[in-house]
Amino acid sequence: MKYTLEYRDARLVSNVIARINKLVEEYDRPLVLMEICGGQTHAIMRYGIDQLLPSQIELVHGPGCPVCVTSLELVDKALAIASIPGVIFTSYGDMLRVPGSGQDLNTVRAQGGDVRVVYSPLDAVKIAQQNPDKQVVFFGIGFETTAPANAMSILQAKALGLTNYSMLVSHVRVPPAIRAILSSPNNRVQGFLAAGHVCTVMGYWEYPPIADKFGVPIVVTGFEPLDLVQGILMATQQIVQGKHNVENAYARVVTFDGNKPAQSVISQVFMDCDRKWRGIGMIPASGWCLRPEFSIFDAEARFSVEQIQPEESPLCIAGLILQGTQKPPDCPAFGSYCTPENPLGATMVSSEGACSAYYRYTGRSVVNEPVTVS
Amino acid sequence: MENESSIDLQGLACPVPLPHTKQVVMGHGSGGRMTHDLIQKVFLPHFSNPSLLAGNDAAALNFQAVTGTSPNEIETRKIPQIAVSTDSHVVWPLFFPGGDIGRLAVCGTVNDVAMLGATPLYLTAAFILEEGLPMETLEQVVHSMGMAAEEAGVHLIAGDTKVVQRGKADGLYINTAGIGIIPAGIMIGGARATPGDVVILSGPVGDHGIAVLSARGELGFEAEIISDISPLNHLVKSMLAVSGEDASPIHTLRDPTRGGLATTLNEIARQSQVNILIYEEKIPVRPAVRAACEMLGFDPLYVANEGKLVAIVSPQAAEATLDVMRRTHYGEEAVIIGEVREATAGRVLMKTAIGGTRIVDILAGEMLPRIC
Repeated sequence: MKYTLEYRDARLVSNVIARINKLVEEYDRPLVLMEICGGQTHAIMRYGIDQLLPSQIELVHGPGCPVCVTSLELVDKALAIASIPGVIFTSYGDMLRVPGSGQDLNTVRAQGGDVRVVYSPLDAVKIAQQNPDKQVVFFGIGFETTAPANAMSILQAKALGLTNYSMLVSHVRVPPAIRAILSSPNNRVQGFLAAGHVCTVMGYWEYPPIADKFGVPIVVTGFEPLDLVQGILMATQQIVQGKHNVENAYARVVTFDGNKPAQSVISQVFMDCDRKWRGIGMIPASGWCLRPEFSIFDAEARFSVEQIQPEESPLCIAGLILQGTQKPPDCPAFGSYCTPENPLGATMVSSEGACSAYYRYTGRSVVNEPVTVS
Repeated sequence: MENESSIDLQGLACPVPLPHTKQVVMGHGSGGRMTHDLIQKVFLPHFSNPSLLAGNDAAALNFQAVTGTSPNEIETRKIPQIAVSTDSHVVWPLFFPGGDIGRLAVCGTVNDVAMLGATPLYLTAAFILEEGLPMETLEQVVHSMGMAAEEAGVHLIAGDTKVVQRGKADGLYINTAGIGIIPAGIMIGGARATPGDVVILSGPVGDHGIAVLSARGELGFEAEIISDISPLNHLVKSMLAVSGEDASPIHTLRDPTRGGLATTLNEIARQSQVNILIYEEKIPVRPAVRAACEMLGFDPLYVANEGKLVAIVSPQAAEATLDVMRRTHYGEEAVIIGEVREATAGRVLMKTAIGGTRIVDILAGEMLPRIC
């Protein structure tokens, strides 16, 4: 816990906030920043950082929640595979409550499906070793952060000669999503806080071309309150000064090159592919899928599952929230029809989803009744 | 480089809601909102009565018809009342650092009875045993129950045993029911929190939940975290000795078990129609528990405790109550964590360590570890 609590120091945070205040006073125009990662969204709401910032700065919440952006078709495939007798379906816990078309993995489990929460795909490989007569499937979702462990599980399964392990791959990548957001005609985002965990793995060498092309500053940012206000300060400073560089506010963890061995494991197992993002749509070359030499570990190929046409709720605006053009309280369903235990959209389900962050930390009627304590 | 102009942003994309009304799922047993919904929608329509509707950890009973007591005497608690509670225990694994299912079965029910200010006296126990359970395991559990009952000063006065086929239960389940006496003059309940009252917590939160996770091998690392399971009736008894301006200065007592401190405070805020404001920096969490929660993405406010209580006390009696608590074994780490504010919304608010304010909501479903 040491080296974490220091980054929650109220005095240090308020010093940085004072510097931000001074900057925007001189700037005198509204500023729109996007934090990419859902973990950052939650930290912002959990510590009430948005309340401490000057009203000129608006934080919009990016699509960096892997649970939220996993496409409905893939969730439906997961449900179909998990329902097959003889399958042990393993997943990170959050995915169990994400609704597919009419069901979620919790329902499948209640109906007798063998659905297990694991903390790591390597646990799923162990389960496959222990259950040679069962097919063990891991739901391989996530950004660049979870990719090294997921890739490692494939390499491990191959080394062990396992024929009963496979992965339903739904990997997504951050840089193509940033490009998609900046290419949208409705884009309002003037600066990005890049996701510290993603950059820990990948470094930030992919970002300078984006900052150059679109003229926006990108600041690699961590997850503690002091990290976040520091990232906001650096992005604000650049906007005020008319700069658009890539900077690193999380240097204690992130380097320009990132974790090379992890990147090498990823590129050994995965390759770029087009990926559909829930709420955003198809983004070219925005995902990773298994390379042909590992296709025997592809759950989509191993199990022939019918595709079900997803049914959408006309009320939910998760798509616009994931693109950062709307805030959760703008949704007519927020807090009334849509709550964490009765979610309309994945942004309300996931512990990293923006709607769940608003619901948990600011109350359901945040717009009409701001939370203040004298 | 990708061709950005080809990206067709989609807009609305969400599936229909899943209310989970057709089938029981694990979230219904979390102690959070799904459990509340289950009670409201399935149980209360069939069992509604004033004792149950009071919504406390135990029911306070009087025997007006038998004793001929006047309703007014009951209302002001001039006569002693009987407190009754029941609790089933299905913890897995059966043994974990700091306790086992037997100690839990005794302490859980003793504490529920004590949270009305009652002196627990008697317990019943019903065992559901799975075929194949080693006799040695059962003996260990029962021995542990005996030790816990002795510590709490309660007698086990009735019991039941059933055996089910292998695979129909997970080793051993225990249900216990407890009976105690609420002394005359004591009025403690979830609806009695009053603006101005002080919120006292008897010690660090999260020990039990993390100890059980650790025993399941789900932490992925070794952690020396010991469950806090303990009978709290002696602590409660010493707290009741504190006198204040009003005759019963302790207004609410509750043990934050499933759903954790956050869920318990929300229950009190709703029952009493008040806001409860707590201060993040004042809530004690052991370093090992905090570290485990950080790594797994859990919030210690939602992690189960089995040996802690929350007391909502009139401000005049707060310091004296805290003083008395700190002189007991199970209350020596007691602290004031917040206060009760006037409101009708029934919310729990928290001043964060860096000076922001946020809502602390009730636990929604199961607590799940984060992904990255």
